[in-house]
Amino acid sequence: MHTLMQCLWRLRMIGAVLLLAVLAASLAPPTSAAEPDEEIGQAVGTVDADTWRQVKSGENFIDSRHDSTYNLINPSGETWRQIRNEWVSPAGLIAIGGMLTVLVIFYLVVGRNDLDHERTGRKILRWTAFERSLHWTVATLFIALSLTGLNLLYGKFVFRHVFGDVFWANMIMGSKLIHNYAGPVFGILLIVILAKWLKVNLPKKHDWEWFKQGGGMVGDKHPDAGFANAGEKVWFWLLASVGMLVVVSGFVLDFPIFGQTRDNMQWANMFHGVTSLILMTVALGHIYIGTLGTEGALEGMATGYVDETWAKQHHNLWYEEVKDNAGQPQQSDPPVGDDTATAHRPN
Amino acid sequence: MAQMKFLCDAERCIECNGCVTACKNANETDWGIQRRRVVTLDDGKPSEVSISVACMHCDDAPCMAVCPTDCFYKTDDGIVLHDKDICIGCGYCLYACPFGAPQFPKEEAFGERGKMDKCTFCAGGPAETKEEEYEKYGANRIAEGKLPLCAEMCSTKALLAGDAQTISDIFRQRVVYRGHEDGGWSSVEKAQMSGPDVSANLDEMAYDATRATREG
Repeated sequence: MHTLMQCLWRLRMIGAVLLLAVLAASLAPPTSAAEPDEEIGQAVGTVDADTWRQVKSGENFIDSRHDSTYNLINPSGETWRQIRNEWVSPAGLIAIGGMLTVLVIFYLVVGRNDLDHERTGRKILRWTAFERSLHWTVATLFIALSLTGLNLLYGKFVFRHVFGDVFWANMIMGSKLIHNYAGPVFGILLIVILAKWLKVNLPKKHDWEWFKQGGGMVGDKHPDAGFANAGEKVWFWLLASVGMLVVVSGFVLDFPIFGQTRDNMQWANMFHGVTSLILMTVALGHIYIGTLGTEGALEGMATGYVDETWAKQHHNLWYEEVKDNAGQPQQSDPPVGDDTATAHRPN
Repeated sequence: MAQMKFLCDAERCIECNGCVTACKNANETDWGIQRRRVVTLDDGKPSEVSISVACMHCDDAPCMAVCPTDCFYKTDDGIVLHDKDICIGCGYCLYACPFGAPQFPKEEAFGERGKMDKCTFCAGGPAETKEEEYEKYGANRIAEGKLPLCAEMCSTKALLAGDAQTISDIFRQRVVYRGHEDGGWSSVEKAQMSGPDVSANLDEMAYDATRATREG
């Protein structure tokens, strides 16, 4: 018994020694001297002009941050800053301020475009209830988006100094929230309104003549116009082109969850600023003509009905079509429940 | 007044990401927010170079220039800070920053950005109490007379933080010692990186200004 135990102990000792020898052999440093090339490979590379050139090239880099594609230095932001702060921002002020000035001068010099003849009292349906609600919803959203957008661009130069930090913080946060949530609704409704009014806004031959006569804004001339005159058509197609650019660029900025890059958003922001400032500027003209500038225009969009005299003066071709279709102008009492009525718009 | 700056010696950075971790730990930033990052060029090749980068506290900071809320300000030490009570998370500072410093917690609906977060040079930010400051902006080591933890923890002293004059003096000494001919913009002689004496040369290149003489 005793000798057996001793025998096992000895075997175990031999095993342990063997194991140690193997381990020692595997951990020993290699006999050959370190290869210079190998060491260079592990050394921190030298930093020279090529390194900085490579940073500029934007290739072959990795970033330790998760999901990041940021190079060491990304100079496009400075370009964006210069364009936004040095060009878009002042140009917008000049455009909007210039338009306001022009409108005030125009109103003072030329004044309101009055009806040339007495109202006949006969009313013609021009805008259905659906169209009016669409128009005023889009108009309200447009104004809300304009004011909040202008606040985002220019507000910091005024309101923080006037009202203090706490008010400003709430005001600008509110602006962003309204802008970001009203924006998509505006975008969808703009598409609806464009589709709804596409047919009456197709360019016609007489539109060219309208332009040549300056739309009859000055003087007593009244160039031919269908349901929509050429000026309204310009506003329509501006909304269809520039307006859609505002919407699309706005979507890129509003939802940063579709993998759009920082460069995409810089471009989108620039487009958004330029196009929306153009729209705001032209919208001032639209608002002027539709309210102060033309007698009887606002009541059309407010009640849906325009006076026969107004229709004859501003949209003579449309008036003729309506008259022909109806045989005679409609009665003076507006029919009840006009949301089911169909406006006549053959042009 | 001091002008606080970061400087990363690319010939010393070994991409250990210690600075990133130190920062995260010192400031306890939100999930997904990593104020400092390490950029590696030519990863895995002999020419590999790494540089640690965060907010560089620019003199003419693009973020300040484009912010619609005007929430940024510069301290007397030249540190760019921002007020999270005023920030609306619009992302403009991110568009403008060359270093990708501003980050946003993505916790709102439709990917709406939260309040921007960025390196504060461990100088905290505007708040009523110390607790609030730490909660919003992280550590205020500057108030305690300490430098940013990322630079303090850098194992190779590649990342330097402090007054621009002081850290550029340190870097200039290193550059001169390494044998750059035109102030760090060119490499040291390529000859040092090849040939039989390479081991000695590599050792020499690892010298820094803290060693008194070349002979060691």
